[in-house]
Amino acid sequence: MTNSFGEFSKARMFFVIGSNMTEAHPVAATFLKNAVMNGAKLILVDPRRQPLADFADIHVQIKVGSDIAFLNGVMNVLINEDLYDKKFVENCTEGFEELKLKVMDYPPEKAAEIAGVSADVIRDVARTMAETRPSMLCYTLGITEHTCGKNNVMSTANLQMLLGNMGVECGGVNPLRGQNNVQGACDMAALPNVFPGYQKVDNPDARAKFEKAWGVENLPAKPGLMIPQMMEGLVDGKVKAFWIFGENLANSEPDIAKVEHELASAEFLVCQDIFPTETTRFADVIFPSAGWSEDDGTFTNSERRISRVRKVSEPPGDARPNWWIFKEIARRFGHDWKSNSAQEIWDNEVSVLAPSMAGVKYARIEADGLQWPVPDDAHPGTCFLHREGKFTCGLGKFNAVDWTPPAEVPDEEYPLVLSTGRRLYHYHTRTQTSRTGLDYLLPEETADMSAADADALGIHHGEMIMVKSRRGEVKVRANITHQVPPGMVWMAFHFRDACANWLTNPVFDPATLTAEYKACAVRVDKI
Amino acid sequence: MDKKTLTLNGKTVEFQAGQTILEVARSYEVFIPALCYLDGCTATGACRICVVEVKGARSLIASCSTPAENGMDICTDSDRVRKSRRLTIELLLASGEHNCITCEKSGDCMLQNLAYSYGVDAIRFPVAPQPHPTEMMNPFIIRDFSRCILCGRCVQACQEVQVNRAISYGYRGPTAKIIAGCDKTYDESDCVFCGQCVQVCPVGALVEKKARFKGRAKDLDLVRTTCPYCGVGCQLWLHVKDGTIVKVTGVEDAQPNKGRLCVKGRFGYDFIYSEERNKTPLIREDGVLREASWDEALGLVANKFRETIEKHGPDSVAGVSCARSLNEDSYQMQKLFRAVFKTNNIDHCART
Ligand code: SF4
Ligand code: SF4
Ligand code: SF4
Repeated sequence: MTNSFGEFSKARMFFVIGSNMTEAHPVAATFLKNAVMNGAKLILVDPRRQPLADFADIHVQIKVGSDIAFLNGVMNVLINEDLYDKKFVENCTEGFEELKLKVMDYPPEKAAEIAGVSADVIRDVARTMAETRPSMLCYTLGITEHTCGKNNVMSTANLQMLLGNMGVECGGVNPLRGQNNVQGACDMAALPNVFPGYQKVDNPDARAKFEKAWGVENLPAKPGLMIPQMMEGLVDGKVKAFWIFGENLANSEPDIAKVEHELASAEFLVCQDIFPTETTRFADVIFPSAGWSEDDGTFTNSERRISRVRKVSEPPGDARPNWWIFKEIARRFGHDWKSNSAQEIWDNEVSVLAPSMAGVKYARIEADGLQWPVPDDAHPGTCFLHREGKFTCGLGKFNAVDWTPPAEVPDEEYPLVLSTGRRLYHYHTRTQTSRTGLDYLLPEETADMSAADADALGIHHGEMIMVKSRRGEVKVRANITHQVPPGMVWMAFHFRDACANWLTNPVFDPATLTAEYKACAVRVDKI
Repeated sequence: MDKKTLTLNGKTVEFQAGQTILEVARSYEVFIPALCYLDGCTATGACRICVVEVKGARSLIASCSTPAENGMDICTDSDRVRKSRRLTIELLLASGEHNCITCEKSGDCMLQNLAYSYGVDAIRFPVAPQPHPTEMMNPFIIRDFSRCILCGRCVQACQEVQVNRAISYGYRGPTAKIIAGCDKTYDESDCVFCGQCVQVCPVGALVEKKARFKGRAKDLDLVRTTCPYCGVGCQLWLHVKDGTIVKVTGVEDAQPNKGRLCVKGRFGYDFIYSEERNKTPLIREDGVLREASWDEALGLVANKFRETIEKHGPDSVAGVSCARSLNEDSYQMQKLFRAVFKTNNIDHCART
């Protein structure tokens, strides 16, 4: 997030797109609702009538995957009606002419047709946003989990720059991170192209720095593989030995049948986890890990805040801290790593090597955490980025992008769109929440669908139905709800039985390799 | 702006227009007890514990809902005030089943503390009969109406803090009750089990079911930590007894959550105690997993990775780190892959 949760309650306007915040980030949503109750405006862009719709001034129920067309339409109005922030655009950005040219291809009528909404609502959104500034734009995986995910993200940034809503309190582009430490895992460089603190592996200076710090030579310069490429590598033999720490890929990746074939093809698979999972079934070696509250350390939340996680008990049996396991393997390769606790790793390595976190030390985050960038020991942390329109790489760049449809769209055989996400009472593949009594509140998966589609198929609320895609089929209970528009089926991936990922399409954004979890074609059959 | 002043227990103090008497007093660290008052919410003046004496006013005044005025002369602890509070406490104690021995909240109860500090030595009024049975159905929250003093804090937490709009005041007179929806159970209502109502309840009317009989406040250690679920990163108090978490509450005033939690953060903590945990290293032999020592398992993995790298090059190995685990764990894993294995084939589920 460029901005912070603390700004929510002061904000005057929100633009929430592809984010089911009340269920996926419940506490963040409470601050947003507080602001709305105090008079802030909310524009919600979401194909579903999700819980925030009750709080929205305008709810634009666009078709799944039409975000760019819609956003280009809004920007078309902003430019044509001269409603954008010319001063910001002139002083702080580049690429405006290209953007202008592109969005001229999306007059409201055309955008409206693609998005399945009215042209008037597009004009209304543009005018409302121009009237009340700044606004905080929030998005979640509804934006990124598309084959055009990266373009979706750039589109949201285009909108906020055009309105001059960047670099100000209560503005910005704010992706809410799905898992507790996605932000941290990125910052720590569990990514194939960077060292900790986003220093590029193909930069010789960065390599020299880390070679010196780690006491090694020849750090690899070529960016590595991303998860989908690794998985395919297991089948074509490029990847021979695979190490999965924590993730339950067998349920969380699209097209379970394909994923399991890939995992089964691994020549040697190591899993490191706190529980046996669908993924550890394929392991050759399982390392038992310390879980949350069994080790000291830090998490970094969506607003870049590094907070302490504390130990209250020893891990069960012979389970060990994860950092210790990696250190022990390094030792067997003849590398003697000095740091012997999470605090030593952070204070002596991470904060020394990552300039944006240089001022973060355990002693400073005993109570509230610090938001990076924190360049030195006296720096108070950074609530919002790009202050006064100063972007890290000079000017903010507009990226003109075209709308592209999802890779698989409904046809005669598979006439409905399946979109997926999370529900309030569970988390991911339920490895944690199934062991806390939360099953009481949500005991099984459902296929959420509209009354119109259910009626047409003669399906009653609560009856077992079959949902099929080109990848697979699941038997699941029908949940007829006003949340879902006609033409759509909505499911989550919390339960192994009826997991949406038996159906989802393993196609990816070409740049980020994020899978298109939000759109594939399915059919529903009565059984 | 002209300065506004009033007299607080004989001392002249400044205040800002719009502050209530209670807020002014608290800003000068003058303690006025209050049961129904919830920081940041509309004051209701329901409990009458926070009354103060204002010179010239005929009756005592509820400090939580009365704006401070220039020149007011306020006494927060006069005999008249103390007497009134004591009577209110006695009436509240008689309004239900305030048997502290069987109450989870004993030792951490605002009513119990007030009764003691105002010297209540007997309850002079008959204890009211209880029209509403205790709700024990769901595994997370117990609603014991016999202990409810109708202060309304839970309603404010639900309506104004979390904005879940699940509960409200229902009925009138002796059958008055906090109701969920049109008097349903939490299960059947719009309640989303965030438990904020439990966190703010000053007495034992709303308690965490999982924590029952696991330890009273005085026996619990508090450990601050970060929630293991979503990317908001709420700050939690773990209430720990003998190394076991028995309850979780939100850290008031903490960034980013200011005391708020959702159902997962509040009630989803005990997965770590599951018997199904992986407890020992396992190695697959002839198709089945068998237990092994750390030395054997680590040695096997090191050898396999070494052989693979020697035979097929460093890019023939790959790793996926965990987006739920600690920063330090991810740092360590990428360091292993880069510095030791010499490959950048390291990633995590950044995209889900
Ligand atoms: S648990 Fe949350 S939603 Fe349910 S009544 Fe209490 S405050 Fe309201
Ligand atoms: S349940 Fe608790 S918080 Fe709610 S009105 Fe009763 S005593 Fe007050
Ligand atoms: S308590 Fe709820 S909202 Fe807060 S971090 Fe945990 S899961 Fe997210």
